[in-house]
Parts: sequence; structure tokens; C-alpha cells
Amino acid sequence: MSEPHIETPEWEDETARRPVDEPIPADPVAGTVPAQRAPSDGQALLEVDNLSLRFGGVLALDRVSFSLREGEIFGLIGPNGAGKTTCFNALTGVYKPSGGEIRFRGQVVTGRKKHQITAMGIARTFQNIRLFPEMTALENVMVGADARHKTSVISALFRLPRHWREEREGREKSMELLRFVGIDHRAGEVSRNLSYGEQRRLEIARALATEPTLLCLDEPAAGFNPAEKDSLLKLIRAIRERGITVLLIEHDMRLVMGVCDRLVVLEFGKKIAEGVPAEVRDDPRVVAAYLGVPADAA
Amino acid sequence: MHFDDLAHNWGPLTASGLAQGAIYALFALGYTLVYGVLRLINFAHSEVFMVGSYAALITWGFFGLDENSATPPATEVIGYVVLGVLVAAAISGITALVVELVAYRPLRRHNAPPLAFLITAIGASLVISEAVGVATHRNQRGVPPLIQPADAFTIGNTHVTNLEILIILLTLVMMVGLDRFINRTRLGRGIRAVAQSPDTAALMGVNKDRVISLVFLIGGLMAGIAAVMYLFKIGTTRYDAGFSLGIAAFTAAVLGGIGNLRGAVVGGIIIGLFENYGSALFGSNYRNVVTFVVLIVILMFRPSGILGEALGRARA
Repeated sequence: MSEPHIETPEWEDETARRPVDEPIPADPVAGTVPAQRAPSDGQALLEVDNLSLRFGGVLALDRVSFSLREGEIFGLIGPNGAGKTTCFNALTGVYKPSGGEIRFRGQVVTGRKKHQITAMGIARTFQNIRLFPEMTALENVMVGADARHKTSVISALFRLPRHWREEREGREKSMELLRFVGIDHRAGEVSRNLSYGEQRRLEIARALATEPTLLCLDEPAAGFNPAEKDSLLKLIRAIRERGITVLLIEHDMRLVMGVCDRLVVLEFGKKIAEGVPAEVRDDPRVVAAYLGVPADAA
Repeated sequence: MHFDDLAHNWGPLTASGLAQGAIYALFALGYTLVYGVLRLINFAHSEVFMVGSYAALITWGFFGLDENSATPPATEVIGYVVLGVLVAAAISGITALVVELVAYRPLRRHNAPPLAFLITAIGASLVISEAVGVATHRNQRGVPPLIQPADAFTIGNTHVTNLEILIILLTLVMMVGLDRFINRTRLGRGIRAVAQSPDTAALMGVNKDRVISLVFLIGGLMAGIAAVMYLFKIGTTRYDAGFSLGIAAFTAAVLGGIGNLRGAVVGGIIIGLFENYGSALFGSNYRNVVTFVVLIVILMFRPSGILGEALGRARA
């Protein structure tokens, strides 16, 4: 298991927590945010600050805080129903948090529309695969790539040269991403006809096409056999090599421990542990959450 | 029953039925596009059509053309027709956009239940048609004689007129253009993505509101073009002209498989043809009876329409 690259103590991040005000792009949809940055400058990329989310009487997330540094692979783990996916949904604008704040590069994410959050540089995949079932694999990725294009309605309606140039570039970029995740030979196939593993990879390619700085993977290994998990592990590392920070929800402890630099453990909506894999694995609260504690030993 | 009539006039009935069907098809696209993306029947679409027909007449009016004018020289006619089509398409498109912004978007923002949309749709439809009705004193308005129907060619007893050819060709061009737009461009891909999975599309960076506006705009453009074709074919318009035609177009959309663009065309042409065959067979009073019997019979066997699949599934 590789050591995390930089071990910055949590408190040292205080300076990064409130970064110098970056000029807020006038229209986040227009994609003025630079897509990628050099990894591992150690600055906080994403800050989840006292995030709470209530569904009726259920507190699905209870003042959860953690922060991600650029270029790391960060794990979000916990037993079923711990609030991991809820956390993703709050992050990507699907749910509106009842309390707390999420900041991405110092800009508040909470309260923005989904497509604006995508434009800021956050992309995700889904636990239950959500492709556009009747589009080809290539078209699915191109929808993601389209998020970075600027052709207006007018130029698309009248098919101006610029539109065709962007269309060609988007196609090439999407093919490259299909090759990157290893399913380029299926580019022309309607996505509902792809195998389960191919669909999972296609979701990753589609998310990458939006040129994210932060990629959120929601249980990407669900239903995979050990060989598939190994190759996924390699893929996640390769994604980081491209300068993309990865936030990973995963059940499989071996996968999490093998790939994550740091992780946070949730249980019943609360953070119960945080740290490098070796620390977290031996934390008695984590062991108890995963294995259960005999009543007499509690 | 006049089987001999039908058999004898089969050719001419088919030619004029195809032209009528082409108008229904262009009109039906607006219903089917909006339904594909929003699962909403935009009842105000019939008024979008009606407004387009007045827009063309008013434009020609600026040039002093009315129903009593003489036919201008051929070169001018082309200019007038093109101008009328462009203005009607633009005004219908804008009307459709305004309906979406005023009647539907605020409801979407507040997560209104589907029934609320149905009521505002009917409301928007009534507001527009009554406003035009009051402004025009509920009179009908005639079309300047820009195109004198003349036989373009004849096969047996079938005289195909220049107008029928114009309508069918224009519809064909618009349909092929729209099909390519939906299947081969970024915006078309966005429309299909929203139709297949609205929330996922938004998470992949598709601006849903923009896609919805675009869909209304395209539907409006097509309705405006259909309105001018209708003017030439029928010769008049009125504040309630959209209503009965809208029902036929909506029927066409459902018959072809609502949400499916090619279905709208197939449905439109079937309705256009069977209206004509039906009136020949049973007399023109039975026109609508025939249309709807065809609809019911087809839906009995194909409940989701002839090409029943979602807009999202329409592929190149």
C-alpha cells in the first residue's frame, strides 16, 4: 500500500480554508472555470463544512465535515444507509442541504443548479447506472463533452463551421475517453446493450468528458469480480494521473484500502473516523460499525 | 358507401391527402417534441399555429396585399411566400417561447403537479385565441391570391397541383433538417438526453431550461410554417382555426407514437389520407368519424402508437 503523498495536518489547512477570493465567473455555465490543474499542490479543493441533511424526521447527514486536497484519492465509506450517496447528492445539487456548506475551490456549491455545478468542475457516476439508454456509447460520452462547448443555438441551428469543428473535437475527445476506460470497441453500440462492466466504465468516461477537477465515483466496483476490481483500481489511479481528484464511495474494503490516500467513515449520517487507510482500518469504532459489536462487549 | 367514388378518385384524394397530412405532420411536431421532453401536452400549441397564420397575413398586408388583390408577378410571389413563411415561423416560435416562460416555467420551478400544467395549458390556449378573436372581431380573414392553384403534372385522372408539391416538398425538407438536427448536433443530443433521463442530463452539464426553451422554439417554428401552408391550401384563417386542426394534429402525434418525431410525420400523413378517403367513402360529414375510428383501431393494436417509442429513442 502506497503512503499518501503529502501528510498535511488538518490544522495547516486553515489558511487554505478561506482562499483569496477567486473572481467568480459571471456565468458558470459558459465554462470559464479552467478544467484541470496540476495535482497535489496540497490546497483544499473541496470543503464539506458541517453538512446536514434532513428527510422529514430522519437526519441523513449530521454535521459532516471533511476536506479534499487536490490530486488525492479520497474514500467515503460506511455501512449501508450511512449517508454516503446522500452526501454525493448534496454535493452535485440533487439535494439541498438543510444545514452547512460545501465549497469547491473556495466557491460555494450549495444552492447552485446541477448543470452549473458540473460546469464548476464536479462530475459523478451513479450507484445504479444511469446512462442514456437509447444513445450509443459514444453519444453518451459526447453529452458530457458538450458541457464544455460554447456554440450557440443559432450556430447549431444554422450549422456554422464552428459548430462542426466543436462537434468533431467532441467526437475525438469522446473516443479518446472511451479508449482510456477500455471500451472504444463498443463506441457505436446502443448503451443499453453494453455489458454491466462496460456500462460502469462508460459512466466514468461520460463523467470525465465534462472535464472535471473532481470526479465522484459512487460504488464503481459494485457487482465486479476480483479481476474487474483490479482493473478498476488501475483505472482510478490512471484518472488521478490525469490530474483529477477522486472522491470514491465504496463498500469493498480491499479496494478502498488499496487505492485511497485518505478516507472518511460515516455511520448513521455521522463522521466516525477520518485518516489514512491504516489508521482507519484499526479504529475500533470503524471495526464496530462494519462488523457489529457483541452486546456484552459494547 | 361510395366505393366507386373512392376507387375512381383514389389518385386525387391521395395527392390532396398527402398535402393535408404534411401540414398535420409539421403541426404535430410541436406536440410530440414538447411531450418527449416534458411529458406535457401543450394545448396552447394550436394557438401558436393560429398566431402564425395571422402573422403571415399581416406581413402581406404591409405590402398592400389582401384577398382582393391581383396576383403579383412570379418573382415577387416567391419573395412574398418566403417572407410570409419566415415571419410566421418567427412569430409562432416566439409565441411558443412566451407560453413556456409564462405558463409552464413558473410551475416547474415550484414542482407543480401535472394537472396544474394541464389547466395552464388550456388557459393559455383560451387567452390567446380569445384575445385574437376580440381583436379581429371574430371575422375570418382571407389570403391574398399569391399562388394560383395550377396543375403541375397529371397522372391518369390525378392532377397534382403546384401547391401540393410545394407543401409536400417543404415538409420533407423541414423533416430531414430537423431529424439531422436532433440526431447529429450537440443541441439535438441535449434534447435526447433530457428526454431519456432529465436529471442525469442535468448532472452531465445539460442546461435543462435551455433545452426546454429550444424544444418550444422548434415546435413553434414548424407550426408557423404549417400555418402558411394551411393558408394557401384553405384560403382563410380565423381566431379559432387552430382548434380543430390542432385536434387532428394532436391525433396524428398520438397515432404515430407521441414523443417520436418520425411518428408525427407518419401519423400526420395517415390522418390526412384517411380523412380524404373517409369523406369520399361515407360523405364529408363522416370525415372526423373516420379519422378517430382509425385512431382507435390502431391504438387497440399498438397502444403506444405506430412508431411508439420515446423521442429519446429516435435514432439516426
